[in-house]
Amino acid sequence: MSELTREETEALIQEVLEVYPEKARKDRAKHLAANDQSVEQSKKCITSNRKSLPGVMTVRGCAYAGSKGVVWGPIKDMIHVSHGPIGCGQYSRAGRRNYYVGTTGVDTFGTMNFTSDFQEKDIVFGGDKKLAKLIAEIEMLFPLHKGISVQSECPIGLIGDDIEAVAKKGAKEMDKPIVPVRCEGFRGVSQSLGHHIANDSIRDWVLDKRDGQAFEATPYDVSIIGDYNIGGDAWASRILLEEMGLRVVSQWSGDGTLAEIEKTPKVKLNLLHCYRSMNYISRHMEEKYGIPWLEYNFFGPTKIAESLRAIAAQFDDHIKEGAERVIAKYQPMMEAVIAKYKPRLQGKTVMLYVGGLRPRHVIGAYEDLGMQVIGTGYEFAHNDDYDRTIKEMGNATLLYDDATGFELEEFIKRMKPDLVGSGIKEKYVFQKMGIPLRQMHSWDYSGPYHGYDGFAIFARDMDMAISNPCWSKQTPPWKKQPEALEPTEEGDLKKVA
Amino acid sequence: MANIMVGKTAVGAYSFYLPKRDLEDAIVSMEYDSADKWGGEIRLNNGGTYYIEPQALPARFPISLRARRLDAAE
Repeated sequence: MSELTREETEALIQEVLEVYPEKARKDRAKHLAANDQSVEQSKKCITSNRKSLPGVMTVRGCAYAGSKGVVWGPIKDMIHVSHGPIGCGQYSRAGRRNYYVGTTGVDTFGTMNFTSDFQEKDIVFGGDKKLAKLIAEIEMLFPLHKGISVQSECPIGLIGDDIEAVAKKGAKEMDKPIVPVRCEGFRGVSQSLGHHIANDSIRDWVLDKRDGQAFEATPYDVSIIGDYNIGGDAWASRILLEEMGLRVVSQWSGDGTLAEIEKTPKVKLNLLHCYRSMNYISRHMEEKYGIPWLEYNFFGPTKIAESLRAIAAQFDDHIKEGAERVIAKYQPMMEAVIAKYKPRLQGKTVMLYVGGLRPRHVIGAYEDLGMQVIGTGYEFAHNDDYDRTIKEMGNATLLYDDATGFELEEFIKRMKPDLVGSGIKEKYVFQKMGIPLRQMHSWDYSGPYHGYDGFAIFARDMDMAISNPCWSKQTPPWKKQPEALEPTEEGDLKKVA
Repeated sequence: MANIMVGKTAVGAYSFYLPKRDLEDAIVSMEYDSADKWGGEIRLNNGGTYYIEPQALPARFPISLRARRLDAAE
C-alpha cells in the first residue's frame, strides 16, 4: 500500500477508535498518532507508559518479566531464583534465546529454571524459611555458581516476606552475593518498571563491589550495555568493536558474567544499545564514575557505519582508523547482500509492533533493503523513546503505543503491509490473515540480527518471510471468485475453475 | 520536590533529566551560573521551570539534585 497522507492516517485512527465506549476512546486516542517530525517533544503527540485499559487485549508483560527475563536472566554464572509459585519461572524459561557459552548446570545456568515453588502453606506461613533452605541447597548442588538473585513473584510482595534479610544472611554464610530483587509482577504498568528495578538492584548490590580494586586498564576499554545476545547478537556486535581496536570488558547482560558486571565501572565508555532497559544504570555510572555513555545502533550497514564512526569519535586516531578499516572490510559483503535481496524487497512495506529499542532501531535496516516502515509502536516505551522515534520515522506514518489486539488488527487490515514485525502472540493472527510476520522479539528462532553478520541473516529472513509462496495460497480455490482466478505458475487453479 | 539530574552536553550546555517522568530536555536559562553561586530558577526548553537551591558550582556533571517544580509544561 502506498503512503497515507496525514489526513488519511488521522481518519484511520478515528475509524478504529469508533468501536470503543466514549471513555475508553478518549483514553486510547492519546496513544495513537500520526507522526509529526516537527514535534520536538513526543509528549505533544503521543502518551506512553500509562496503565493499560481493563478489557482490552494488551501484550505487555510484568515487572518480573522485565527483571528476571530481560535484565538478570542472561547473566549466565548466577542462579536466578523465581521466588514464588512455579508458573512464572517455568513459562518464561529459556524462551528468549539469550545464547551463552558454558556448561549448563555446572558453571552456567541460563536455560535452567530455579524456583521456590510456593504452596498454600508458604503463602499462609511465609516463605522465608523455604528461601533460606533453597539457598543452602543451591550451594550444595551447584557449587560453581557465582551468586544468586532472588526474583520476587507477586505473592512475595503481597504477603510481605523479608527476602532482603534472608539474602543477607545467606550471602554471609556462603560468601557469595545474593541479590534480592523486588520485582513483583504487580509493580508498574509494564515490564518497563521491572527493568528499572533490576537496574537499581544491580546498582545497589553488585556494581560497587570492586571499587578500589586493582584493574589492568587500557585506554580502549568499553562495555556493551543492553545487548541480550538474542541468537548471538552481542557476539556479532562484539567482534566489530574488537576489530576496530576496542577492548570489550563486559557484556550486559547477554552472555555476561557477574565478574564482568562488577568490572564495568572501570571502563572508559559505556555503549548502550537497548536504551529503554538499561539507560538507568548508564546514567548512574555517568554520575558516580564519570563514564560517558553513547547510544548506538547495529541494525543495517548504514546505521552500523554511523554508529562505528560515532563510537570511534570518542577515542583517538588509532580507533578512528580501525572503524574505517572495519567499515571498508565489510562493505563488499554488505553490497553483495543488498544486491541480492534489494531487488526482491524493494518497495515492500513493514509495520512493527515490538518493545525496547527495535521499533526505531530496525527502521534503518529495512531502509537499507529498500523497504519502508509505515507504522511502528512500542509495548512499553516511555516519552524519551518516542522522542527518539519521531525523528526516525517518516512524516504522517502511524504510531501506536501499547496497541490493543483490536487496534493492531484493524490497522494492519487497512494498511495492508507486506510484512509485520511483532511477537509470537500476534504471529498466527496475521499469518491467518495472509500477511507474513516475523517474530521480532527473539528473531523468530533465527539471528543474530546485530552487526554486519547479522544483517546478512536479517535480509535473508525478511526475504524468506515475504517471498514465501504460501501467502498467495491462503484462499482455497473453491472460495475464489471466478473472475479473481488468475493463472498461477502451476496452473492447477484454472483446472478447478 | 523532585529528584532531577543536571548534566552537560558535548557542547557545554546544561541538560535536564527528570527520571520519574523520563523527561530529557535542554536547560535554556539558569538564574545563577558562577563558581560560587549556581542554581536558582531554571527554565527548560519545553517551557517548564524548576528551582534549585543556589549552591556552589558542582565539581562535576551530571549531578543528581533536589529541585522544586515552579511550573511544569504539561
